[in-house]
Amino acid sequence: MTRVTYREAVRAALRRALADDVRVFLMGEDVGRYGGAYACSHGLLDEFGPARVRDTPLSESTFVGAGIGAALGGMRPIVEVMTVNFSLLALDQIVNNAATLRHMSGGQLGVPLVVRMATGAGRQVAAQHSHSFEGWYAHIPGITVVAPGTVEDAYGMLLAALAEPDPVFIFEHAGLYPMEGDFDEDARPPLHGACVRRAGSDVSVITFGGSLPKALAAADALATEGVSAEVIDLRALRPLDTATVLASIAKTRRAVVVDEAWRSGSFAAEVCARIAEEGFYDLDAPPVRVCGAEVPIPYPKHLEDAALPQLATIVAAVRGIAQRR
Amino acid sequence: MLDASALDRAHALTLWREMLRIRRFEEEAVELYSRGAIRGFLHLSIGEEAVAVGAMQALAPEDAIVSTYREHGHALARGMPAQALMAELYGKANGCSRGRGGSMHFFDVGRRFYGGYAIVGGGLPIAVGLALADVLQDRRRVTACFFGDGAVAEGEFHESMNLAALWRLPVLFLCENNLYAMGTALERHQSQPDIARKAAAYDVPSAAVDGMDVVAVEAAARRAVDAVRADGRPYLLEARTYRFRAHSMYDPELYRTKAEVEQWKRRDPIVTFAAQLATSGVLDAGERARIEAAVGAEVDAAVAFAELGAWEPVEDLTRDVYAAAAGERTR
Repeated sequence: MTRVTYREAVRAALRRALADDVRVFLMGEDVGRYGGAYACSHGLLDEFGPARVRDTPLSESTFVGAGIGAALGGMRPIVEVMTVNFSLLALDQIVNNAATLRHMSGGQLGVPLVVRMATGAGRQVAAQHSHSFEGWYAHIPGITVVAPGTVEDAYGMLLAALAEPDPVFIFEHAGLYPMEGDFDEDARPPLHGACVRRAGSDVSVITFGGSLPKALAAADALATEGVSAEVIDLRALRPLDTATVLASIAKTRRAVVVDEAWRSGSFAAEVCARIAEEGFYDLDAPPVRVCGAEVPIPYPKHLEDAALPQLATIVAAVRGIAQRR
Repeated sequence: MLDASALDRAHALTLWREMLRIRRFEEEAVELYSRGAIRGFLHLSIGEEAVAVGAMQALAPEDAIVSTYREHGHALARGMPAQALMAELYGKANGCSRGRGGSMHFFDVGRRFYGGYAIVGGGLPIAVGLALADVLQDRRRVTACFFGDGAVAEGEFHESMNLAALWRLPVLFLCENNLYAMGTALERHQSQPDIARKAAAYDVPSAAVDGMDVVAVEAAARRAVDAVRADGRPYLLEARTYRFRAHSMYDPELYRTKAEVEQWKRRDPIVTFAAQLATSGVLDAGERARIEAAVGAEVDAAVAFAELGAWEPVEDLTRDVYAAAAGERTR
């Protein structure tokens, strides 16, 4: 067990995958010579060569589509779309091809493709580079959508994704790359299934990805004032592990869902709907959402901070619901 | 003009028969559509048969095909059984895609027919990826990608040409230029309507061919495929052709004149090739009747197969959304 950053964990998984399986290759914008926009693939070009670590032109639709085609042709491509913001240019390939081909072909085709991308806000890069669209992707049957929120998951979920026969989309919150955590290269966490990151008895705080460290910090703060928050890391958005959420609710009887995306039509809305549908009679209070404000994310720090879930807003939401009878 | 001495008689008859199979299959589909047996979109390639048949002669079984939503002809010319295609039009479980795709989404992995893609331009990146997989696995194969003139306006055309050329990938880009992107004429959607010339921007060799002449298409496709195979680089072949019917089953055809359609029909690839074959003594009345009867019987058998086919059980609705057992990942 060693301490590494989330970024180093992603890199270690990429290296491991490339070393273990000749069918695996990495392609995307600046993954090679530049070393990756977030340095996740730094050094891999030298180690594995230009055939397997491929810099692409700025052609998101075509290199994602080429990843689908290469997967159909027997490869195990890892496509890095630099950020979720640019993935919008590849939506047609993702929604109409990657997600449909197995079903639409009557089961003849499979697309064992892994697409990684950075997501999220919080780095003062303004409205066009701060999106959180993993909830949109979770809307689409035919793909698997995961959001590793720990160093161990950053490594293990990528390797687990490569073992899948169908497309997996990995959303790495850009704010997590420098985060340090324990790392065991032999650990193999499952690709999906939620888990309890911190046990508690008063309120369930349900979140994923970049909001997980904030939720854990909020739980620490709340503990000092006598509120016991249980933190659920959803890990995967599709498939969504409703059972783990409901088991927690049955215990705490209160739910706060934290999601950096805009509230309307957010993934938090889906989580709340499932709680309402299947856990309604376990609740002592209506579920609460802590989401992004419904604005294009602004550049100045004070405004960006105000637009996103923060430690203080999570604490306030949990404190509020904990007091309700 | 056909040089009968240079063209093998049997091969000439094969070309004509293959075009006739597509024509009769689609004419039958029109009838079935009118009766309500086929629903949804039905994009016919009537008038464009020479492109599918000519081009397919140049491809080997190990080569891959990526097609469009107007792909009945490509599928038949590739050797997919008419029965499985007709059943797919019906939406029956014995269709080539279990009935789930319908007219626009034929698949046959065994014949390396990787599907009809119904978002214009959407198949081109798939073809690039299939070719990349071949290169990375040291397989010397060609991936042929059909698309229409409308796709040339999509970014994916330009991105895919660039990427295939940049990475030296063996893709035959095959543009079926039928002069209309649905209802928008080529000169109304392209600043440079000479599609073959666009390849120069990507350092891709290209050629244009008369898409109403099956012999010319075959010759051009063989040159193109030979070049792709020899150099491992992409090639753009533009076949200039014409769609005799509506964009889909019905449209008011406000965008073109009846006179224009009639003028192109005089160049009907099946009629003109039959006349050439008759003149050169390859196709006499008896042979013609035999082929017509055989093709008619094949289409009839396809309809019977489709009629007899079962509907996929509703319980299988979510089967194959993922490779895992149905339902496991559906929520």
